[in-house]
Amino acid sequence: MPATLCIDELSVSFAHRTGTVEAVDGVSLRIGPAECVGVVGESGSGKTQLFLAVMGLAGNARVRGSVRFEGKELLGATAPAINRVRGSKLTMIFQDPMTSLTPHLRIGTQLAEVLVCHSGLSWAEARDVAGRMLERVRIPEPQRRLGQYPHELSGGMRQRVMLAMSLLCGPALVIADEPTTALDVTIQAQIIELLRAMRGEAGTALALISHDLAVVAGLADRILVMYAGRIVENAVAAELFRQPRHPYTAELLKCVPSLSGPRLARLPTLAGQPPQPGDALQACPFAPRCPRAADRCRTERPLLTGASTSQVACHFPLS
Amino acid sequence: MTRYFFTRLAGAIPTLLIIVTLSFFLMRAAPGGPFDQEQTLPPEIVANLESAYGLDQPVWVQYGRYLKALLHGDFGPSFKYKDFTVTELIGQGFPITLQLGLMAMALALFAGVPLGTFAALHHNSAADYATMSLAVVGIAIPAFVVLPFLGLLFGVYLHWLPVAGWEPGSLRQLALPVLALALPPLAYIARLTRGSMLEVLRSHYIRTAFAKGLPLRTVIVRHALRPALTPVASYLVPAVAAILTGSLVVESIAGLPGIGRYLVQGAVNRDYTLVLGMVIIYSTLLIGMGLIVDLLYAWLDPRVRLAE
Amino acid sequence: MRGFAGDAIRRLRANPAAVLALGVICTVVVATLLGPWLNPNNTETLDWLHVAARPGLQNAHWFGTDRLGRDLYARTLAGTRVSIAIGLVASILSILVGVSYGAISGYLGGRTDQAMMRIIEILSGLPLIFFVIFLTVIFGRSESLLFISIGAVGWLTMARIVRGQTLSIRQQDYIAAAVASGASSSRIIARHVVPNVIGPVIVYATLTVPQIILFESFLSFLGLGIQEPGASLGTLIAEGVGEMEAAPWMLLVPGSFLAVLLLCLNIFGDGLRDALDVREG
Repeated sequence: MPATLCIDELSVSFAHRTGTVEAVDGVSLRIGPAECVGVVGESGSGKTQLFLAVMGLAGNARVRGSVRFEGKELLGATAPAINRVRGSKLTMIFQDPMTSLTPHLRIGTQLAEVLVCHSGLSWAEARDVAGRMLERVRIPEPQRRLGQYPHELSGGMRQRVMLAMSLLCGPALVIADEPTTALDVTIQAQIIELLRAMRGEAGTALALISHDLAVVAGLADRILVMYAGRIVENAVAAELFRQPRHPYTAELLKCVPSLSGPRLARLPTLAGQPPQPGDALQACPFAPRCPRAADRCRTERPLLTGASTSQVACHFPLS
Repeated sequence: MTRYFFTRLAGAIPTLLIIVTLSFFLMRAAPGGPFDQEQTLPPEIVANLESAYGLDQPVWVQYGRYLKALLHGDFGPSFKYKDFTVTELIGQGFPITLQLGLMAMALALFAGVPLGTFAALHHNSAADYATMSLAVVGIAIPAFVVLPFLGLLFGVYLHWLPVAGWEPGSLRQLALPVLALALPPLAYIARLTRGSMLEVLRSHYIRTAFAKGLPLRTVIVRHALRPALTPVASYLVPAVAAILTGSLVVESIAGLPGIGRYLVQGAVNRDYTLVLGMVIIYSTLLIGMGLIVDLLYAWLDPRVRLAE
Repeated sequence: MRGFAGDAIRRLRANPAAVLALGVICTVVVATLLGPWLNPNNTETLDWLHVAARPGLQNAHWFGTDRLGRDLYARTLAGTRVSIAIGLVASILSILVGVSYGAISGYLGGRTDQAMMRIIEILSGLPLIFFVIFLTVIFGRSESLLFISIGAVGWLTMARIVRGQTLSIRQQDYIAAAVASGASSSRIIARHVVPNVIGPVIVYATLTVPQIILFESFLSFLGLGIQEPGASLGTLIAEGVGEMEAAPWMLLVPGSFLAVLLLCLNIFGDGLRDALDVREG
């Protein structure tokens, strides 16, 4: 089965006053049809920049490498070619529902324009489809909402609208960038439920980006852990939680308080800071904070090795 | 929305009234009268003239009569142009000034906004710097320098366009005056639009629009334009003021029989009624523009509508 | 402050347009001051032998003459001198008025501030020319009128900016300390507020000068400003417009001087604003 999304040695770099910043540093990954992949990392790990580059939204950055979606190369493709795919077969939801919708256009317009643009529907037909999609994402009174402006909807509802917008053309892959971060915990749960339902129904692949392992745990088949612009571990979800192989992953898991374990006096934290943009990285970026670091880690860059569903980039992986 | 409009309208009328009242009394307070500049007339004749024009009545009575006439659209007689009433003078010249002003405003908007958008889309490129350099030139150099220069170039040397003169309905005559008049506001609007557009393009909702696979033109026109135009809307009233001011010189240089000349001539001749009439007309235009801009804000940003 | 000024100067030097503009402005100023030494023609002598003469470096009249035989070189330089002088003097006036008004309004705050700002709002809506027309109707044409109305250009923006800065400075702790130690309001304003608003004031002062020069030329062009036989770039241009087809240099010379002067002042002012990174508060 050909991969839905196939990324090879993708690098995203920005020109900065003090030099070049590698936000994404040689990332390769595959997402198969109907697969749900969780992408986890701290802020600055490059997880968002990675997928912005996939969508062609990297702005002034220099993007190198290869991104193939359903077999077709996206990097360097013409604008019309990218626009055919973007928003219809390959869609993205962003983390800030309060600012991600155009304030002066009605919800109905913002939804319908996707269909008018990609599926050639008339505006009336498109609004119908949009109304039904709002029902599917469980927005009450969908017809009324279609005529409203974004500021008349709550944050949770706006995020559902974003989700609806991403599903309108039956995408093969939906990228969800921290879809619940800006929302209340109760709403978070609802959104995650929706994502789960959507996966079940349409067989859409999902790339779920989050800094929160808990969010990813319930949904993902496979999890990618990113650090300093690189993938450091790639494992089936159950395996990752049971037996993490990269020290960073292990530390991350320790930070998640458990309902079942012993009561802790203090929440465990990771010492130190992730590398800042612009810090020179020759070897393993995690070495300064790694309890297992040795000399080799400080001089030689660990490469991502292993089978397609069990990879780790570490000289001394846990086992 | 209609309630919003009528509230604004209700606020505008007292403003206009205050302007009329203040202007009226200020002018009456001036030393000397409209007949001082004539050759010295015998006092009886001056008294007769004053009585004929109602200038011997107490000020309050004069004011009341003026207001009453105003409601009938009668601005009173001109003191200088003895055979005409101010209403007639304004009636002759106003359509020309209006046409000149509207065309200049339209040019400033419909050329300025696209230019500014173009510069924003090609941020930091040569085209951007070129456009913004031209904008500085447009802003810095006034109409009374631009118009004669243009006239020299296109009229005298190249013989493409007429330099001065007026024929009703002739567009060629208006080409240079409109261009010279529109240039400063056009340049300013281009600069405003560029800055505002650059900011809007950084917004999250524009990123969403691109992520939806919409073509560039749709993203700009449907999603970016309206928010980007808010500073331009704020500038509209000063723009109209600038165009009104500029029309004074443009009409004079190009020989267009608009109402601009009456303002200056009226001031020099101490023609009270004429100047008063002109002030009322100009104030009404500016206040009217203010109303339109208020409505525009509501259209540009739906959040304003609901706040009312 | 030293580091701040040094940064600003560095940024300004990196802006070629602004530097060039400054150079041109200085050249023009020097020219107006030294010009009479180079060519001794008088602004008022009527040279009947060379009426409406074309410009040329061989003859006595480098920039030509006008309809009455007056030397255009001398007149243009004199007109430029007048414009620059008015620009500077009126600028200083409007700075003084604007800064005081804004500082007082911002410092006193509350109702007084609201009222003072309301006045500024109302005045901003009026095109200045109408105000001048008014005064002309009432008092007739006079040059003192000119100065008063020109001084009115620009103080509004200055007042607004200074008030904005003053408001934010007022919240600072060192002001509270000064008040607590018994310093009077005027002392606080003079010693604490004013030095901190110098940056924006300089920028907007630089941008006010071309506005003033423009307005003075505009009034003179209309006949409401400098009267005969005094020369201002505005009156020279007005004369030039009348002779446009027969003697274009009468228009081109003063027109170019005015255009270049205004353009360079604007470019320099913009450059200064970028260098000091000032925004209208």
